[in-house]
Amino acid sequence: MVRAQQQLTLLPEARFRLNRRRQSSAHLPVYQLLDQVKDPEIPVLSIWQLGILQDIRVADNELCIVITPTYSGCPAISMIKAQISEVLHGAGIRHFHIEVRLSPPWTTDWLDADARRLLKNYGIAPPDTTACPQCGSAQTEVISEFGSTACKALMRCLSCHEPFDYFREF
Amino acid sequence: MSQSPALANDLGLFARRLGDDALVLGQRLCEWCSNAPMLEEELAIANIALDYLGRARMCYAYAGEILGQTEDHLAFLRDAKDMENLLVVELPRGDFAFSCVRQFLIDEFEVLYFSGLKQSAEPQIAAIAEKTFKEISYHQRRSRHWLRRLGLGTPESQQRTQVALDSLWGYCQEFFLMDHLENRLCQTGHAVDRAGLTQTWQAAVLAHIAACNLVVPEDGWAAKGGRQGVHTEHLGHLLAEMQVIQRSYPGLNW
Repeated sequence: MVRAQQQLTLLPEARFRLNRRRQSSAHLPVYQLLDQVKDPEIPVLSIWQLGILQDIRVADNELCIVITPTYSGCPAISMIKAQISEVLHGAGIRHFHIEVRLSPPWTTDWLDADARRLLKNYGIAPPDTTACPQCGSAQTEVISEFGSTACKALMRCLSCHEPFDYFREF
Repeated sequence: MSQSPALANDLGLFARRLGDDALVLGQRLCEWCSNAPMLEEELAIANIALDYLGRARMCYAYAGEILGQTEDHLAFLRDAKDMENLLVVELPRGDFAFSCVRQFLIDEFEVLYFSGLKQSAEPQIAAIAEKTFKEISYHQRRSRHWLRRLGLGTPESQQRTQVALDSLWGYCQEFFLMDHLENRLCQTGHAVDRAGLTQTWQAAVLAHIAACNLVVPEDGWAAKGGRQGVHTEHLGHLLAEMQVIQRSYPGLNW
């Protein structure tokens, strides 16, 4: 029985598709390897949890790792590519290439359920709420629509007066 | 690519000029680093500049593949006469009001333009447009907001914003000019008819200007020539600063 205060969070369809692609993939071990690759700007999240890792398939007789940038100018993408190469080389996989795919464009709908919780614990308000990640107050205001990176806005809590980053819905 | 060589070449030149617009404006916006009126806005402007730089790279990567040139060559080794950006993006950043008004006028145009370009018959152009459209829509929100704050702020902010609007108005007509290249690409469904966006842009811009206690300038003079490589004196200075490292150390890599 579902209690009244329990909330059922529905997974956005976009994320559901990503999950299904991974679950039914013949390259599941490679997905698991790449879980080590974190976003350099938000080191608590892996590129899989962020929805940057889109697909792993075979093309031209080698592995093709498909990733998508969060924002078109995201400087983390070259570091992410380097980290993917490092992890795969470390595992003895030599023949692969990385494809950067632009379409469909990245959306916060691609964040997985863990990502939202991890962001909050890290002190960043996840896209679905602008409540203060420190004290939980809903009384907050926007300081600037762009924060320390393109994916975040800068907010301030009116209860505990702490500033915080908001991972903006996109 | 299965297109004819002539079409591919047109697409390469088209993407290159879209890249020029983005690169030059991105460079101008970067000049606000350490110069913005407050730290938060400095971050915001730098983030917007980064979106433009990202767009320039997507466009140049695509164009470069067709034209046989690297991204670095396209950005750092072309002179002013080879650049085909719109004049409005190369104008000096001016005061904060000037940069806000320019961004507002451009955002209002680009939202319409890239919304149309998402339907381009060339998948990579459509993908770039789709990515750009999402980013511009967010910029537009901030620009509208700042125009309101400045126009309805103090007498000084209102006056400076009005001056900026008056001096930028004549540069906006270039948004809507078509040339042979874009006409050809339009006929095949690869580009967007700029002229057709005039009325929608004007309606959106005029309504917001009026709501911000500002007066719409009268249509009079109009500056053009960017697409033909005929630029204001300001572009050369911008390029000199932006390109100096690559020209001093040819082939330099990160």
